[in-house]
Amino acid sequence: MTETVLKVNNLSASYRKNTVLHDVNFQINQGTLTGIVGPNGAGKSTLIKTLLQLHPTLTGTVDFFGLPFKAAQQVIGYVPQRGSVDWDFPTNALDVVLMGLYGRIGWLKLPNRSHKQMAMEKLEKMGMAAYADRQISQLSGGQQQRVFLARALVQDADFYFMDEPLAGVDAATERAIMAILKELKEQGKTVMVVHHDLQTVADYYDHVLFLNKTVVAHGDTTSIFTKENIARTYGGNMRWTLKEEESHVVHSQ
Amino acid sequence: MWSILSSSNFQWVLASTMILGIAAGMIGCLAYWKKQSLMSDALAHAALPGVIIAFLILGEKNLFLLIMGAAVSSLIGAFFIQWIQSATRITEDTAMGMVLSIFFGLGIMLLTIVNRSAGGNQSGLDSFIFGQAASMVKSDVITMLLLAVAVIVIVAIGFKEWKIYLFDPQFAKGLGLPIKGINIVYTLVLVTTIVVGIQAVGVILIAALLIIPSVSARYWTNSFLYMLILSALFGGVSGVLGTFISAVGNGWPTGPFIVIVAASFFILSLIFGKERGILVNRLAIIAHKRQLKSRKSSSSLKRSELI
Repeated sequence: MTETVLKVNNLSASYRKNTVLHDVNFQINQGTLTGIVGPNGAGKSTLIKTLLQLHPTLTGTVDFFGLPFKAAQQVIGYVPQRGSVDWDFPTNALDVVLMGLYGRIGWLKLPNRSHKQMAMEKLEKMGMAAYADRQISQLSGGQQQRVFLARALVQDADFYFMDEPLAGVDAATERAIMAILKELKEQGKTVMVVHHDLQTVADYYDHVLFLNKTVVAHGDTTSIFTKENIARTYGGNMRWTLKEEESHVVHSQ
Repeated sequence: MWSILSSSNFQWVLASTMILGIAAGMIGCLAYWKKQSLMSDALAHAALPGVIIAFLILGEKNLFLLIMGAAVSSLIGAFFIQWIQSATRITEDTAMGMVLSIFFGLGIMLLTIVNRSAGGNQSGLDSFIFGQAASMVKSDVITMLLLAVAVIVIVAIGFKEWKIYLFDPQFAKGLGLPIKGINIVYTLVLVTTIVVGIQAVGVILIAALLIIPSVSARYWTNSFLYMLILSALFGGVSGVLGTFISAVGNGWPTGPFIVIVAASFFILSLIFGKERGILVNRLAIIAHKRQLKSRKSSSSLKRSELI
């Protein structure tokens, strides 16, 4: 089962005059869990936003399941960075999760009991059932991230994009989120995650995409996640030291 | 005084300022969460030249057409704010400040010219600055009512869409919600509310009716639905009470009184608000301190018993 679900061809994007992405080419197979890694400003978030047409495309084509984005939109889920919304907004956790169903509920219609039931199940899955009625500003960072993930799960998409879901969350939440990602993968869903922590890449992802304005390397974690590729992506100031049982990435002085 | 209050025209005026207050309260909530409270002020000031130019072209005061003029001028203002931001590196607040003062200056200049040149039929144009609800006739009132009701209906039927649009527009776009279309609808309802209100409240103060009720409502609730309802309530009551008070005096402008009433609601909310009012917060802190203290003393008591 190696169906290609995403084809990106010669993609480029910019902010004003600064080109952030140029000549990005890669293909993603179904059922893979890909970590997107690269230094700050490498265009990781921009890549996701450009793929999902949240950021204008300069050149290039993007095919989802062999279709243009608009046609595949309903089966694509997106988990934005936690900091992209105002958590002071007056609503509760259950309500945020319900937003994941808005497309299915239909525009201008209100959610009914069965929709709430579905949202509640996903909250439960993320260990957040007890916080369903909690005002979202009173949730911790990790809990907010879990709510975002529950909202993505309830969408029941086939292809998920997540922008740094592990940023600023505690170890328990990180484990919970990674367990969910593995489960999605086992269900045959495809997931792409912007990831920051090089130490955990090998444990978490079966595929890795090195990005620094363009794709530096992409493929199986076992063959592609090498110190050469890390050095090529991050520049010379990163040194990859392999010890007997643990690996470290450190800044060389 | 009571003769004014019981006249049927005045009752119509009251109804229209009430509906206006409700519409403004609701739209104000949207503007509040779009972080564009000041936008309403800029667009309101930008409406003034449109009113005067419409009058210059028509030579008469037909509220509907003056409102159309105001709307066009306001939308041009909105377009400029957008355009300045995208074409230059000038930030949104600066762009709004520029549009606000330049359009208002232009409006006042045109108003002066009209006042100097034309005959007596221009009198009353001044009331667009501070608002004069009592000067409205029944046809004006009906125009206002219809437009304000349309605005309220648009906000009410798209409640769920407005919520996701304000909370997380990127996610909403991912779900297939046409964000650009909603942006246009948002600007249209905002401008409609503003121009509908300018005869009653005036271009200078209409923004207050959009901003103050929603901010006040925020102190009472943690639910977007209740915030919308409360904000509409505060706006509606401010409209009625302000119009009522201004009718007591002879030729008193309506706008300032409506705003003062709205501001009183704000002060009450600031102090007594259930969710984040000063008093409630204070009491909670005091109660918490007392609880900690009693726990401490009881534990030290236990310790002393052990010794």
